[in-house]
Amino acid sequence: MDTESTYSGYSYYSGRSRGSHRHGERSRDRHKPRSKDSRSEKSVTINTPPAEPLLGDSAVRGEQIQDDNWGETTTAVTGTSEHSLSQEDIVRITKDLEDSVGLDCRRYFTLTLAVILGLLVFLTPLAFLVLPHLLWPEKLQSCGTACEGLFISVAFKLLILLLAVWALFFRPPRAGLPRIFVFRALLAVLVLLFVISYWLFYGVRILDSQDENYQGIVQYAVSLVDALLFIHYLAIVLLELRQLQPSFSLCVTRSTDGETRHYNLGQLSIQRAALAILEHYYCDFSVHNPALLSASKSRAAKHLAGLKVYNVDGEFPAAPAEGPGNNAAAGLAHSQSRAMIAAAARRRDSSHNELYYEEAEHDRRVRKRRARLVVAVEEAFTHIKRMQEEEQKKAPGDVMDPREAAQAIFPSMARALQKYLRTTKQQHCHSMESIQQHLAFCITNNMTPKAFLESYLTPGPTLQYSRDRWLARQWTLISEASVTSGLKDGTVFLLKCVDFSLVVTSKKIPYIQMSEEYIDPKSHKFVLRLQSETSV
Amino acid sequence: MAFVPGQPVTAVVQRIEIKKLRCNDNLILGFSIGGGIDQDPMQNPFSGDKTDKGVYVTRITPGGPADVAGLKMGDKIMQVNGWDMTMMTHDQARKRLTKKKEDVVRLLVTRKSLQDTVNHSKCPYYKNHDNPNEVLK
Repeated sequence: MDTESTYSGYSYYSGRSRGSHRHGERSRDRHKPRSKDSRSEKSVTINTPPAEPLLGDSAVRGEQIQDDNWGETTTAVTGTSEHSLSQEDIVRITKDLEDSVGLDCRRYFTLTLAVILGLLVFLTPLAFLVLPHLLWPEKLQSCGTACEGLFISVAFKLLILLLAVWALFFRPPRAGLPRIFVFRALLAVLVLLFVISYWLFYGVRILDSQDENYQGIVQYAVSLVDALLFIHYLAIVLLELRQLQPSFSLCVTRSTDGETRHYNLGQLSIQRAALAILEHYYCDFSVHNPALLSASKSRAAKHLAGLKVYNVDGEFPAAPAEGPGNNAAAGLAHSQSRAMIAAAARRRDSSHNELYYEEAEHDRRVRKRRARLVVAVEEAFTHIKRMQEEEQKKAPGDVMDPREAAQAIFPSMARALQKYLRTTKQQHCHSMESIQQHLAFCITNNMTPKAFLESYLTPGPTLQYSRDRWLARQWTLISEASVTSGLKDGTVFLLKCVDFSLVVTSKKIPYIQMSEEYIDPKSHKFVLRLQSETSV
Repeated sequence: MAFVPGQPVTAVVQRIEIKKLRCNDNLILGFSIGGGIDQDPMQNPFSGDKTDKGVYVTRITPGGPADVAGLKMGDKIMQVNGWDMTMMTHDQARKRLTKKKEDVVRLLVTRKSLQDTVNHSKCPYYKNHDNPNEVLK
């Protein structure tokens, strides 16, 4: 009989939305005593197909494709009808819509600006070359060979500029940052000023006076394109090269469970550094599991619950005359909290004992479940065998594709896997559908049982899990300094997500002063320093 | 007592004959040696000249065969059974002394007091040990 009845709030339903999930839990708590008794009966299997996450689908459909043992807890009918939307769902839909619309507007705005600027820049040299032919063709000197050579040079330089701008600027955006990207804005302004000044010069000195020296005009256009290429070089250095060399070491700590990593970044603004950190977060940090924190919270509650403060005398402590009411009350609260702290320190607390034994017991239980799981999976994998090409033609009868094979062997390991996941509090990260898909994938690629189990035995990075655990659109950057200012030594900022936050502190990599010392290779000489004394 | 390269080594020596004592399965002599051409001569507490890489007696077991035969701590071993000991590694010296087939080892040892005695006996009136030719008037 299982002893882990501490909470059975989560059960295995694929595709169930979070809203109705919580809704179901509330009513299930009411039915908890009943479910405990019926646990031994191994009742109902709940397999909801992967429904869209928006609708709260809490239907109890008993499709008995798999083994009965899959969903061990019974579900009670939750009280919501089949197609209801709970309040959380509505809030979530509107929030998603808002987010996507808001972000797209800004993105499109900057995209259009960039395209306009690009067109202006690209067409300006061509305009410089073409306008004299249109406006004063009779007066224009004919273009000699040197001048026509310059045409080729203009053409190729423009092509290179086009490719370079496409490579550097027109990449799919990785993120939406809260403030504008300062360097890009400055570069855009610089290019704009540059082109405007060239146009001014052209307009005044060439268009107005209708210069006949066409070669001079062509050379002017070539110089514009050269200068644009140099500005592009400046853009590469400012945007890409400057932050490559690491100069800050950032320490990132998750506020809920303290997992810490260190990253080296170059000179970046705070928002770009935050972006880099978040991309590393998704790849390196293990997935955030709120179920693992409940134990420490209950301990904290127990610490506070032990002591209560009663004010017996009704007298206020002696307070100075200024600020009558507030000061006295504050002084009273202050002395009360100090009294509580002193009493708590004196109390002989045996909660460390409980913690120790609880953790030892939990480890033992996890190891036992793990052993059962490994054995069950190994046994399940022995039931199927890959068929060779020749055999396929011989016996077409009982042949299965990977998905069917996975579904065939899944029931024998399902119970052990479910128990293990519940003991390690991971069961909400893996839906049944995802487990079967993973199993089919492992079978297709000839992976061993150990390889199949690896993703369940250790919690992996957040990217490994399904998209709705990513929460990629809900990060908030909280910083005391302006987010477009650069990183400095001792900068602290927070990246807040829904359940937790990442605390980031930066430290400058020190300036290293190195001196040299020359050693002559012939100066390596040695003597023996043995001092043995032997008795004979 | 150290050697001058190219010159023959001269020293006043004492002949000591030690009979090995059989103890369990080994023949022991009852003293310890230190020094050798592969050792560090600066750490030798007994040598007058700290570049002397000879083999010295560092310890005598009281009552052992070496003690009985008259070997003293700080003696420099010049010859063992005819074999020269002034240019030996530590291990070679040990092997020369602990040959299982020999029951007796005849050592030629030297010490500073021997030289002093000879000097003294040569000229009893001199005051300065270092200059035996100076006669005290």
